[in-house]
Amino acid sequence: MTINRRTFLGTSIGVAASLSAPMVMGAGHGRPKVVVIGGGAGGATAARYIAKDSKGAIDVTLIEPTRTYYTCFFSNLYMGGFRELSSIGHTYGKLAADYGVNVVHDWAVGIDRDAKTVTLAGGGSLPYDRLILSPGIDFVDGAVPGWDVSAQNKMPHAYKAGSQSELLKAQIESMPQGGTFCMVAPPNPFRCPPGPYERVSMVAHVLKEKNPTAKIIIADPKAKFSKMALFQEGWGNHYDGMIDWIGADFGGDNVQVDPDAMTVTIDGEETKVDVCNVIPAMKAGRICEMAGITDGNWAPVSGHTMQSRIDENIHVLGDACAQGDMPKSGFSANSQAKVAAMAVRGALTGSKVFPAKFSNTCWSLIDTDDGVKVGATYEATDEKIAKVDGFISKTGENAELRQATYEESIGWYAGITSDMFG
Amino acid sequence: MRYLGGVCAAWVALTGAAFAEEGVEQIGDPVRGAELFQVCGECHEVGTDAAHKVGPVLNGIFFRKVAVFEDFEYSDGIRRARRDGMVWDLEHLDAYLNNPKALVSGTNMVFAGMPEAKDRGDVLAYLRQFSDSPQDIPEAAPTAKPVDVSLTPETLAIVGDPDYGEYLSSECTTCHQVDGDYDGIPAIIGWYDEDFVLAMHAYKQKIRPHPVMQMLAGRLSDEEIAALAAYFGALE
Ligand SMILES: Cc1cc2nc3c(=O)[nH]c(=O)nc-3n(C[C@H](O)[C@H](O)[C@H](O)COP(=O)(O)OP(=O)(O)OC[C@H]3O[C@@H](n4cnc5c(N)ncnc54)[C@H](O)[C@@H]3O)c2cc1C
Ligand code: HEC
Ligand code: HEC
Repeated sequence: MTINRRTFLGTSIGVAASLSAPMVMGAGHGRPKVVVIGGGAGGATAARYIAKDSKGAIDVTLIEPTRTYYTCFFSNLYMGGFRELSSIGHTYGKLAADYGVNVVHDWAVGIDRDAKTVTLAGGGSLPYDRLILSPGIDFVDGAVPGWDVSAQNKMPHAYKAGSQSELLKAQIESMPQGGTFCMVAPPNPFRCPPGPYERVSMVAHVLKEKNPTAKIIIADPKAKFSKMALFQEGWGNHYDGMIDWIGADFGGDNVQVDPDAMTVTIDGEETKVDVCNVIPAMKAGRICEMAGITDGNWAPVSGHTMQSRIDENIHVLGDACAQGDMPKSGFSANSQAKVAAMAVRGALTGSKVFPAKFSNTCWSLIDTDDGVKVGATYEATDEKIAKVDGFISKTGENAELRQATYEESIGWYAGITSDMFG
Repeated sequence: MRYLGGVCAAWVALTGAAFAEEGVEQIGDPVRGAELFQVCGECHEVGTDAAHKVGPVLNGIFFRKVAVFEDFEYSDGIRRARRDGMVWDLEHLDAYLNNPKALVSGTNMVFAGMPEAKDRGDVLAYLRQFSDSPQDIPEAAPTAKPVDVSLTPETLAIVGDPDYGEYLSSECTTCHQVDGDYDGIPAIIGWYDEDFVLAMHAYKQKIRPHPVMQMLAGRLSDEEIAALAAYFGALE
């Protein structure tokens, strides 16, 4: 069909919008431009899918300061000695070479939403038609009295993977015999709900071998946590008597630390510890605040497209966004990235847009060959991303199934990382 | 679509409604089943002194865990089903005899399947005599008709929209690698459409075990499964 004025006016609004969008967007600067900030689970996936599926019709730039991205997922397994650090490091070579993504290793330090430009720390600015933000998390200042980011070498968080993970692992391995490891767990909502408890399992796994009289204390501001029954059963089976979980009901929400003295005070009682893993309360990566798209600690989005509720030219993915029922996980970020990629392509090139659907599965390793999982499917409603259906591993499952679950998680890791980086 | 009739018959069995028009008292005729068992007998033994041959002994098969023998070399596919907790109840036995690989990908049972529901019912009635748990078999025939509205020939003939298949596939590639690598999750590229559709429906109907796949398949429509089969089937 040829489009003349009459048929054009006669077409539905939806079609008219998708036909006119590329013309408007393309005006003045050639191919429509998408800038992605953050090359993690959300950002790398979004960049790859937009570049791959638009087949060159969209100019995609990915801004990420680090040359090697260490996945937080499986960083606990590294701590437990099940993975090498190098096996969880990924580079951006394929995104650039195979998919034509412009990878810029720099920090984004400012966003001008009116001019639609992103400023880089190294100078210069990049224009965008659509901006995708997937900067992960930062910590809430003053969340744990006595701790701030300058104390992260004495009391590591290891909640961004890489050198922090290495540091914490080294500290655990050099604990004195019979020493004490303390974790200060974060309040909801936070990145990877089962993450702290998988970490404790991995720490216990190391200590059981090397330091069997050591103790583990968890000070937790929450009264319950993800996969609680499964972890507690597993801790009883594998690490009996080693782990002491102090929940909110027992004062775990009243904690203070002293990084110089290496003490932790829980509900008024001071304890000297040898290693202290402080995981403070979290918020969206700072760049979201700088862009003025946060409401409280997170950036609210519409589940249909992952568009910011404050600026429709910006999509926010992963841990940084407030979307509804999905846990903050790498799986979720990857799933959301595909919905955003489809919406962005639809808006910029008029490609088909299908209803958003999401899913998530989080595996955790409790001890050698003892894996558990929790998962769910979700769909977008006008209000939020809503959970539709779900499942969780059961207590008392046999060893064979637990081993299969662990092996499956290794398959998933290979799958998601090739889905992110090509 | 090829083998349409075969696929339909297989599906009827997968829904477990295969015995609808059979006798009211029994699942089948054990005497006729004994004759039909000769085809199985090339590979299987049953009864006192039975030993493993090409296939494992079939004594006590009803409500036996799948792939239970330590001294028999099973395929990886059937061992995976065991780890997922599959048990040989009537529904699973019927699905397996109908089309072994629709239930168990990569099974070593190189047997085309028994397309006739009556034949399967008779063989199973014969095998039941060697089982300790006959209470697992419903004595009365199911009342449901052997029709599943969601898998009519029209449904099976649906040609998937490739764009839609590509979008839907992105949900799968978080776990299944598009280049077909295996690192703990099976490869799903380059399958025949029929096999793929049957496997997905077997998850959807919770006949194949595995909570993730049951959940994901559970919310896919017939069109979506067709689109996915077309998309992944075309990948090398
Ligand atoms: C110990 C642990 C275990 C976990 N285990 C699992 C698991 O088993 N399964 C699972 O699904 N999830 C797991 N997670 C959660 C998962 O790691 C996160 O949910 C996921 O990484 C979130 O993706 P994202 O894209 O939002 O952020 P990230 O993956 O953190 O990526 C953000 C990126 O943005 C970059 N960035 C930030 N600010 C800027 C800026 N201003 N300019 C440019 N770049 C910037 C950062 O350098 C970073 O690379 C785990 C997390 C932890 C801590
Ligand atoms: C060509 C040889 C062959 C024929 C014919 C054959 N089978 Fe099998 N059967 C096998 C093999 C091999 C296995 C093991 C499957 C695996 O490892 O994947 C098996 C497995 C089985 C199992 C599962 C056993 C277990 O321990 O879990 C059942 C039940 C079964 N067959 C029944 C039958 C019946 C009934 C017939 C006839 C209708 C039949 N088979 C025909 C070779 C055969
Ligand atoms: C969370 C990870 C995950 C996701 C996402 C996922 N799968 Fe699976 N899939 C698995 C696992 C694990 C198995 C093995 C299950 C079993 O033991 O039966 C499997 C098995 C399968 C099989 C059978 C393979 C065989 O060899 O028998 C098919 C077909 C399949 N998946 C298709 C899909 C499709 C289509 C999608 C997307 C709609 C999908 N999967 C999404 C994890 C996943």
